[in-house]
Amino acid sequence: MERKSPAFTIFVHACALLLAAIILAPIAWLFIMSISPAADLAAKPLRWWPQSADFSRYQQLLSTAENSAGAAFTSSLRNSLEIAGMATLAALALAIPAGWAVSRTPAIGWSLSMVIATYMLPPVALAVPLYMGLSHLGLLNNVFGLALVYLTILAPFTTWLMKSGFDSIPREIEAAAMIDGAGLFQTLRIITLPLAAPVMATSALFAVLLAWDEFFYALLFTSDQRAKTLTVAIADLAGGRVSDYGLIATAGVLAALPPVLIGLVMQRALISGLTSGGVKG
Amino acid sequence: MSSTWMTTRAWLLMLPLLVVMVAVIGWPLVDTVGLSFTDAKLVGTGGNFVGFDNYANMLSSSNFSRTLVTTTLFAVISVAAEMVIGVLAALLLNQQFHGRAILRALMILPWALPTVVNATLWRLIYNPEYGALNAALTQLHLIDAYRSWLGEPGTALAALIVADCWKNFPLVALIALAALQAVPRDITAASLVDGAGPFNRFRFVILPYLAGPLMVALVLRTIEAFKVFDIIWVMTRGGPANSTRTLSILVYQEAFSFQRAGSGASLALIVTLLVTVLAVAYAALVRKSAGSAA
Repeated sequence: MERKSPAFTIFVHACALLLAAIILAPIAWLFIMSISPAADLAAKPLRWWPQSADFSRYQQLLSTAENSAGAAFTSSLRNSLEIAGMATLAALALAIPAGWAVSRTPAIGWSLSMVIATYMLPPVALAVPLYMGLSHLGLLNNVFGLALVYLTILAPFTTWLMKSGFDSIPREIEAAAMIDGAGLFQTLRIITLPLAAPVMATSALFAVLLAWDEFFYALLFTSDQRAKTLTVAIADLAGGRVSDYGLIATAGVLAALPPVLIGLVMQRALISGLTSGGVKG
Repeated sequence: MSSTWMTTRAWLLMLPLLVVMVAVIGWPLVDTVGLSFTDAKLVGTGGNFVGFDNYANMLSSSNFSRTLVTTTLFAVISVAAEMVIGVLAALLLNQQFHGRAILRALMILPWALPTVVNATLWRLIYNPEYGALNAALTQLHLIDAYRSWLGEPGTALAALIVADCWKNFPLVALIALAALQAVPRDITAASLVDGAGPFNRFRFVILPYLAGPLMVALVLRTIEAFKVFDIIWVMTRGGPANSTRTLSILVYQEAFSFQRAGSGASLALIVTLLVTVLAVAYAALVRKSAGSAA
């Protein structure tokens, strides 16, 4: 084995501390801003640590009193949840049968390649017709309309993940069940889908993360509290005339909380999902 | 079971996905192509056929060439920095030190942070009056007076690139780390016995294992960086003086701010073509590097 000199050990620990600081400092600052009294944030020299922790902004944003900053925020939170939920369910409903079909019948694999190739399209290449189409259907500024548009992003990605998932389930297991007299759908329901449950969960979480993160279509296709998503609400706050930067930071913390929790809990599955695609790609 | 029936059944299972994809991607794309040959406005009547006028006007405009340069700068510098920092971080995380598991878990944080939240966070950090960067640099006596990092054409693009790198290098690091852990220990041990120095060991023993996954990360990140919209829109809206205007921002302005759907569509397709050319060129590279690694 390689000899590790004390100098090398110290060097590695110093680098690790530096890396930890680079990762944590901006995130910690976002949280500190959210609980610092406004006077501390406007002080010169800047007060890095609040004199007293002030959680009132969280209360303010999560209150549903009419015409408050909280009403705009909570409605966008609800819209984001609804849209991410609907788009994820729809994407999985499309991806599971399609992913299985491509996995078991390589002859039609080229059709999935075409679907995945749409990843290269910049959203601006679809935006104008989608805008006109949604407007024609009366689905502008509507959570269903936005969830439908999100399928352009979610469906190819989840299908690709599901296909790799089914690839790792040996088809011999399905064949054995069929020989025992189970029909195709019975086999899928009893054998294949339970085995694919972890992949389905990973795909669903990826889909939720993608929908939660989406900004471009939401910016274009929503205009008020009926459909505006969290990302648009935060961009509004950041670009608007809000004088309390702590409030913007608080909105950021709240919007980041669900994906960060998903990321931490699902760390292993998310990374293996990403790298399995990477290695096979 | 006959293979024809198997194939038919597979197509039937694919059908819902294909129908939806045609509706939300295929048809809009074809419609964008149609629009790009007209002078249609965003609202109102269909517009008149103008042939390749939109393309000619766009390609010859100084706005386009300047925006193309800005986009290329943004994409090349941020992706290159993400790759280098990401690999360095992965090499570090592959060493043994106290708290390694925690640090590795922390790496997921910037990646999980929504892009808009990341952009907002850095916008606050760069704030010209109350921002943390100004405060820190002043307190360390590195600058004399507060600066408007996002308000000056000289620094805005660099400030955006830093914010983009911070969010995206951890993903490169995690992908590289997964690849590093696949390097067989006896190979690195053998290279030590053979007297390979650290640099040669990285170049000839470790890098071949990283090449495949890193190429894929490079392709995906470059395509994304070329299409970049969110972080720039939230932080600068393409300003100041259009110094951070990328292609996607230009299309947005053309099609939605100025409501010129026709010329916006032509520009969007030019961007699509550029991204496709990039992706195809990269795909050839990936195949080549995979071939040499095998």
